[in-house]
Amino acid sequence: MDSSTPQDVSQSQHWYDVKVPSVKQLTKKADLLAGGHRLCAGCSEGIVVRQALLASPYPLVAINATGCLEVATTIFPYTAWRIPWLHNAFENAAATASGVEAAYRALRRQGKIPDREIRFVVFGGDGGTYDIGFQSLSGAFERGHRLLYICLNNEGYMNTGIQRSSATPLGGQTTTSPVGSVVIGKPQWRKDLTGIMAAHNVPYVAQTAAIPIRITDLAGKVIRGLEANGPAFINCYAACNRGWRHEPADTVKITQLAVDTCYWPLFEVIDGEWRLNYRPKEKKPIAEFLEAQGRFRHLLRAENRHLLDQFQAKVDEEWGCLLRRCGG
Amino acid sequence: MGTIVGFMGNQAVAEAMRQIHPDVCAAYPITPSTQVMEIYSQFVADGKVSTELVPVESEHSAISACVGAAAAGARVMTATSAQGLALMHEILYIAASMRLPIILANVNRALSGPINIHVDHSDSMGSRDAGWIQLYSENAQEAYDNLIQAVRISEHSDVLTPVMVCLDGFTISHSIERMEILSDREVQAFVGTYKPRSPLLDLDHPVTYGALDLQDYYIEHKRQQREALDRHALRVIREVGAEFGALSGRHYDVFEAYRLDDAELGVVVMSSAAGAVKESVDALRSDGVRAGALRLRAFRPFPAREMARVLGQLRAVAVLDRADAFGTPGGPLFADVRTALFDVPNRPQVVSFIFGLGGRDFVPEDAERVYDRLRTVAATSQTEPMCEYLSVRA
Repeated sequence: MDSSTPQDVSQSQHWYDVKVPSVKQLTKKADLLAGGHRLCAGCSEGIVVRQALLASPYPLVAINATGCLEVATTIFPYTAWRIPWLHNAFENAAATASGVEAAYRALRRQGKIPDREIRFVVFGGDGGTYDIGFQSLSGAFERGHRLLYICLNNEGYMNTGIQRSSATPLGGQTTTSPVGSVVIGKPQWRKDLTGIMAAHNVPYVAQTAAIPIRITDLAGKVIRGLEANGPAFINCYAACNRGWRHEPADTVKITQLAVDTCYWPLFEVIDGEWRLNYRPKEKKPIAEFLEAQGRFRHLLRAENRHLLDQFQAKVDEEWGCLLRRCGG
Repeated sequence: MGTIVGFMGNQAVAEAMRQIHPDVCAAYPITPSTQVMEIYSQFVADGKVSTELVPVESEHSAISACVGAAAAGARVMTATSAQGLALMHEILYIAASMRLPIILANVNRALSGPINIHVDHSDSMGSRDAGWIQLYSENAQEAYDNLIQAVRISEHSDVLTPVMVCLDGFTISHSIERMEILSDREVQAFVGTYKPRSPLLDLDHPVTYGALDLQDYYIEHKRQQREALDRHALRVIREVGAEFGALSGRHYDVFEAYRLDDAELGVVVMSSAAGAVKESVDALRSDGVRAGALRLRAFRPFPAREMARVLGQLRAVAVLDRADAFGTPGGPLFADVRTALFDVPNRPQVVSFIFGLGGRDFVPEDAERVYDRLRTVAATSQTEPMCEYLSVRA
């Protein structure tokens, strides 16, 4: 079931039946992330964040973990954020946001602030979300705060210079999982954080990416996440040309390859029900995705064939599992 | 006049919180502070307060949620001890640098290792440079009074700094004390309505909290913190203490000077151990010894000038530290006291005693030993050994 195409629902039956604007409509709105920030050329995070902010039908307050996005957008005395924004530390974005949200409830209830809807969006990289920030995220989700957490997953600790995270896949080359004569990149597969967040029994969990073939997938999911009356989690694939070693201009192309190889499927878990959003016409071999990036090129060498096969097998296994979960 | 009650220290803290009525409390349990939030949770459950309680999954998340709530514009309080305070450590610095008026009740307990749940000051001493105001309470009455004053101190526009109110674990937190509480109305009138300066929730004036400072701005921002503590905080602590005195009959200053006017020998001490020290002073005075004591209340900011004024004329001073600073000449309080007295002409000799670590009891006999040493120091001007441990096994 493809639930990400624009719909015009005049009478919504479910909370997740949302109206998703077209790209044209989105571009008419005012940008809430100003230009002039210091993200790298070709960085996907600027694309993702701008789309997410444009998509929101509600006024937003953003809480940001330490990482590329935070550092590049708020070099004192400048800020790129046209909305209220808070950065505390690396591993506590969700806990910090819990406090903001609790304050909003308390102050609104007592009439100390105007009675208006505000939504809280939390941005964290895979470092601040999968690893050091995991406890904080899990705690916030268990408590049921109304937050939309968007993980910008570029499969590594990029801001500190490309180190492995638990989101880095098998064989991924980073400075702390280098390719050597004895160890060939990261020995472990990646953590399935989206699945873990789905197990928190919250109203909305989704996986997305900014790709032209499903150009409003991200926006639609942000809107749905903000509509959820409880915690919502979006795992957004975010190419990093510096860490992944590809041309800045290829960001979107490589993201599309991640989706078309079924390595990064687009799906949602709405009130516990798994729904697939995109099924590629032709499932491409993972080698196409890997050979396009310097961090994986060693996997295409003959002597590492077993690793390539393991990688493909993991992708196939997870894709098969996802299809079964989504009922077909 | 207030109402007389018999409260344990933790009850007194929870009662002060109830009357202050913060918008948000985010906390995690740890002995011996746990009861503060247990009692407070019952207040919430019974609808006696409308505070949003955030039962976080660790102390690091507790202080992080407090930062979020305070930045949002709420009045925020929390409580912890020892390992909990240590786990908060990096965020304490952030809270202070963001100039957020968060109030934290720290029920003093020894830092591991070894693991020990009893009183000493290693936990709050470990955070003495985080930029927070630290007030040390002698007893449950003072813990209650300090928390109420802390709201006014931290929110003062010249201060805008978080405040840590310390009280001794078990000795005070778990001992029932006859004390006096104010009425809800009096406390509400005293703390007033909070007017946050740059709340996140003011959508019409979006702000960025927690920007990156490079080499061109960081040191200026830190200097502003020093100014707040140096130039304003002590003054505000005294002003609020005087105002509280007018309200309650209990006047507070940055320290309590006990029979120091004509003293020759003096002991500097914080928190509950001051009781035994003051008893010793009285006993010695009746024997004609010119003994006195200074119970320090405001450790951060440190009232160096005021301390030099009242201790400057003594012949010998012993500083009792309920925490050590390994690798230095003495305890942390000792270092600050000695620095404060350094420029005084004919300054007194100053020696350090480490006592009561991990809940080792401190009794008047121990205080007598200290004054005995001071007599020797005054007579000989010899300060070696500069640092001694009190009441250790032979």
